[in-house]
Amino acid sequence: MDNVTQRLLWLYETSPQSIAIYLVQNQQPDKAITYAHLIHGSAAYARALKDAGVLPGEVVILILQHGEDLVYGFFGAVMHGAVPAIMPFLTEKLSTEQYRRSLTALFEITAPAAVITYPEFLSEVQQAIKPGSSVRKVLVSSQVTPQPELASPLIDGGLRRSSQDILLLQHSSGTTGLQKGVALSHQAVFNQLESYSQALALSSSDVIVSWLPLYHDMGLIAGFVLPVLFKVPLVLLSPFDWVRAPSKLLHAVARYRGTLSWLPNFAYNFTAQKVRPRDLAGLDLSSWRAVSNCSEPMYWKSHQMFLERFQPYGLAASALTTCYAMAENVFAVSQGGICSPVSVDRISQRRLLTDRVASPAENGEDYINMLSAGSPLSNTRLRILDQHHHVLPERHLGEIAISSDCLLTGYYNRPDLNDKVFQDGWYLTGDLGYLANGEVYVTGRKNDLIIVGGKNIYPQDLENLASEVQGVHPGRVAAFGVPNDVTGTEDVVIIAEVDTGNVATTSAELADSPEFSHIADEIRQKVTRGSDIALRYVKLVRRGWLLKTSSGKVARSANRERYLAELMAG
Amino acid sequence: MTPEIMPALASYIAIQILKQPNKVIRPDEPLLSSGLVDSFNLVDLSLFIEKTFNVFIDDTELNPQTFDNLAQLTALIETRL
Repeated sequence: MDNVTQRLLWLYETSPQSIAIYLVQNQQPDKAITYAHLIHGSAAYARALKDAGVLPGEVVILILQHGEDLVYGFFGAVMHGAVPAIMPFLTEKLSTEQYRRSLTALFEITAPAAVITYPEFLSEVQQAIKPGSSVRKVLVSSQVTPQPELASPLIDGGLRRSSQDILLLQHSSGTTGLQKGVALSHQAVFNQLESYSQALALSSSDVIVSWLPLYHDMGLIAGFVLPVLFKVPLVLLSPFDWVRAPSKLLHAVARYRGTLSWLPNFAYNFTAQKVRPRDLAGLDLSSWRAVSNCSEPMYWKSHQMFLERFQPYGLAASALTTCYAMAENVFAVSQGGICSPVSVDRISQRRLLTDRVASPAENGEDYINMLSAGSPLSNTRLRILDQHHHVLPERHLGEIAISSDCLLTGYYNRPDLNDKVFQDGWYLTGDLGYLANGEVYVTGRKNDLIIVGGKNIYPQDLENLASEVQGVHPGRVAAFGVPNDVTGTEDVVIIAEVDTGNVATTSAELADSPEFSHIADEIRQKVTRGSDIALRYVKLVRRGWLLKTSSGKVARSANRERYLAELMAG
Repeated sequence: MTPEIMPALASYIAIQILKQPNKVIRPDEPLLSSGLVDSFNLVDLSLFIEKTFNVFIDDTELNPQTFDNLAQLTALIETRL
């Protein structure tokens, strides 16, 4: 098959009554969506786009909450032959001004022909459309007329797409991320789904359960496109419901005998810590065969915490799996833990930071337990490169480069970026890691690099060290370099969030308090011992001080700017 | 005995969520839309309400549609007492 519309049509004709999606809804019964429902629902959106004059190949932005409209809007755009891109919905936390700016930036680069949203969000979208914008039509979900059957002219546009045409655009968070739409072809998506389903040993008895947002590659591909196109039943929960009631994921797994899920690392901790005992009564998680940790640095401790909490409810230790993925490869690059347990590599902390080599830790030495992200998919090759793009041997830390038949076509309308990220057909991921015994270990990101005295320092390393200090909120630490024109190199600064309890809340007060000054001392000691780097400043701040991206990561450069601005202001 | 609802909620939010025990939260002060309380705190908040006031609150009942300030949250709890 050349394109996704042909695949959908085949599913519609051969399995109209099979259930594609069980939509878990808040305070309402679950809704079972068959392939017939799915295609009819999507056809309504295809018709609306056609009537609006949107042409095949044009981009359609979807700004909809997790639910039926989003599902049908996405596949409706595909069936019409248009290119859907899902934008995160505005949350109560995000400022509307910031959101509008993001939308405007997205519209400028992506040049969409149409936007689909809710009636109540119409004016917000219209305000983001500047004069001369490419957006010709803002469709509202309430105006979409249900289609009782599939009228074939509606999907002509989709059926005619070639395998090399763009299927969808995938963005990452933040203003910068929204200006970098990863364009993926039909063929690339099919190739990924084929090779990833082999790596997962996917079978007709699998059931995928996901609460992940669809604007992120993990949710969109693993938790949506893969199950729908490969006829694996999908149990779909809303991320908003999950975050308020993490037990809902467990209940969905138990109710539908779920076998596969994907979680970012923090979700292991969150679920293990926040579920009420009464919500676990009678739960049976024994059907879960792979819960893959993916999309942020993975911690062995998080796996342990999750296992300890849920093993009494049937969770198998072998169900803790790992995955390394990126939108630029459609999704997965590697998968670990399916045929054998995830490898844990106990490496010397000192040698990793000082020599950039992952050597097994010797007795008594400070070590890091690295979780393997597994072996590359059968269609994906992987190498580790030094800064001059020479291939490094095993166990040497460097930039991960990948080559596969499912790489992005390019960043949409950004030829400037495409030249930078491809080298001889290899995609430079910007991720740092090493290979050992054919498996990949991801240690951090290349950017936000700090250079002190000619030595490259990766802020994540320092942040992880500081996070280990008692009293510091793990992960709520920013490390960055500040130029010092006296020494001619960079000073390393760490800002760490601490629980201030019922004492001082300003940094000056924190620094003066004996209770907290020892935390700063320990951070210095830990970092220096772990990395050979002396910190110039350790600033303790109250919870919530550090600026985060919309995906919840600490935004190093933004915090650096804030720190410098406060310094200047005295 | 059930403690007075609003002061108990205010002190829980100030101490446990905001870690600013001296902070005075006004009854009409936006909590969710202001970002003071984020979605990750709502689970903890519902656990606290159940335990303190002995009422049953379903996790997802606490959301930006049902309350955004102390007065609204207090009213919600009062309907369950």
